[in-house]
Amino acid sequence: MDIRLDAISHAYGDTEVLRDISLDIPTGKIVCLVGPSGCGKSTLLRLIGGLERASKGRVLQLGSPPEGCLNPLTYVFQDFALLPWRSVHGNISLVLEDHGIKGARADAIISDVLARTKLSDFSTALPRQLSGGMKQRVAIARALAVKPAVMLMDEPLSALDSQTRELLMDDLVALWTRQQFTAAYVTHNLAEAVRLGHRIVVLSRRPGGIREVVEIDKPLAERSHGDADLERTQKYLWDLMRDEARAADEELLDV
Amino acid sequence: MSDASNKPEPIEVRFRGGGFAPKSHRWIGLAVFVFLITIMEIGTRSGWISALTLPMPSDVLATFGELWESGLLFKHLVPSLSRLAVGAAIGASVGIVAGVLIGLFSYARAGIVPLVAAIFPIPKIALLPLFVIWFGIDETSKYALIAFGTFTPTVVATYGAVDNVDRSLIRMGQSFGLSWFSIVRKIVLPGAMPGILSGLRISLAIAIILLVAAEMLGAEYGIGAYILEAGSLYDLERLFAGVVILSLLGVILSTVIGFIERRLLGWRE
Repeated sequence: MDIRLDAISHAYGDTEVLRDISLDIPTGKIVCLVGPSGCGKSTLLRLIGGLERASKGRVLQLGSPPEGCLNPLTYVFQDFALLPWRSVHGNISLVLEDHGIKGARADAIISDVLARTKLSDFSTALPRQLSGGMKQRVAIARALAVKPAVMLMDEPLSALDSQTRELLMDDLVALWTRQQFTAAYVTHNLAEAVRLGHRIVVLSRRPGGIREVVEIDKPLAERSHGDADLERTQKYLWDLMRDEARAADEELLDV
Repeated sequence: MSDASNKPEPIEVRFRGGGFAPKSHRWIGLAVFVFLITIMEIGTRSGWISALTLPMPSDVLATFGELWESGLLFKHLVPSLSRLAVGAAIGASVGIVAGVLIGLFSYARAGIVPLVAAIFPIPKIALLPLFVIWFGIDETSKYALIAFGTFTPTVVATYGAVDNVDRSLIRMGQSFGLSWFSIVRKIVLPGAMPGILSGLRISLAIAIILLVAAEMLGAEYGIGAYILEAGSLYDLERLFAGVVILSLLGVILSTVIGFIERRLLGWRE
């Protein structure tokens, strides 16, 4: 299932945040959205998943979601959004219960996704007992449990320290290599974008529009921390963004 | 700075952190009670505190024993407890429902919040004569007074607690396609539970106050009636025995809520 954004514009009151964005998210690819802070990239992600309504333009699903998909558009949030009163197991079963999946069927799905995210030993732990990296792996496991057609990842690694981030990037690459998922991945971290993105969409500062789309052909599994060609792409992206980022930083916040 | 030979003596950095983290020491509270009661006992025995000011704690205890043996204790306690239970249960449950409605629906918020703000500052005791006219002199007017008194603080605590539920958790629920009912039951209510329970602590203390007030105005049996009778005879031992029962009741209720909190809110640190 592909996602197509058709001339999306969005405004909060008089503040225009997004202007005329058209974009395709093809099946099995990770599309990274990067841009200076306040460019509306998280807003764009909320529009894609239907958590907000665009002022103008449409978000279209092309094709039907794969068999067994419970929640086609599934988010992974920056702040994990785990229920603190439910165990790891309970947090994942939360999203299955409403689909009538309980008991042994739920347990089978939960133990599968916990194994894929290397969390099998922690199913009874409460979120407060987990480190940030583990919490985000629980959130990723929860997203996998509903067999999403498209994962919408909103700065999923931004709340983590840099070592944990590095480890989790490897985990994401391994997950993708095992089973190619489709994702829209919002980040302000260009290193993440060049490691995980097949296509990197650079947004300009508010009102956000598409500045440039950069394709990286190198397979995800062959990319690693500090690759020379990735470094070059990252530098190119940074050169595109630097002035905008500075201007965005000096803007008064009056939203 | 550059003159190495003329370095000043090293000074140890002064510690200025710490504090602002009170811990509860279990036995100190008890020791304070024992200390105060001992002072009272010694003072009244030696005549340094007159018998008209304070009764002798040992006499109060003896009165307590008499109450127990004559069976009067339960004759007074049972009606009081049932009034408290019925009244507080009605008030708290209606209050929680109203609070959740205010927290979830704009019209409920717009309609009920001003009403609660108008009701809250009324001393509920002043309404007792009105309730006697409405509901009669018997139990119903007492239930109504206690229920009314617990209702307002419960509503305010509950809708505050619902407002404070992490919106990102609700967005998460929506993003996974959870039904409205599931979001309320599995995310909003458990998230609001800490606030609801701490509101309940205040509501129940108010319920005890109103219980006594209601019983003072028209009841044959009940702790309030007992205290009123003792007071009008200047029988300080019995008056104090009644007061001790009330404060024990408060302590027990607060312990019960503490127990419920530990059971339901074990997920907090």
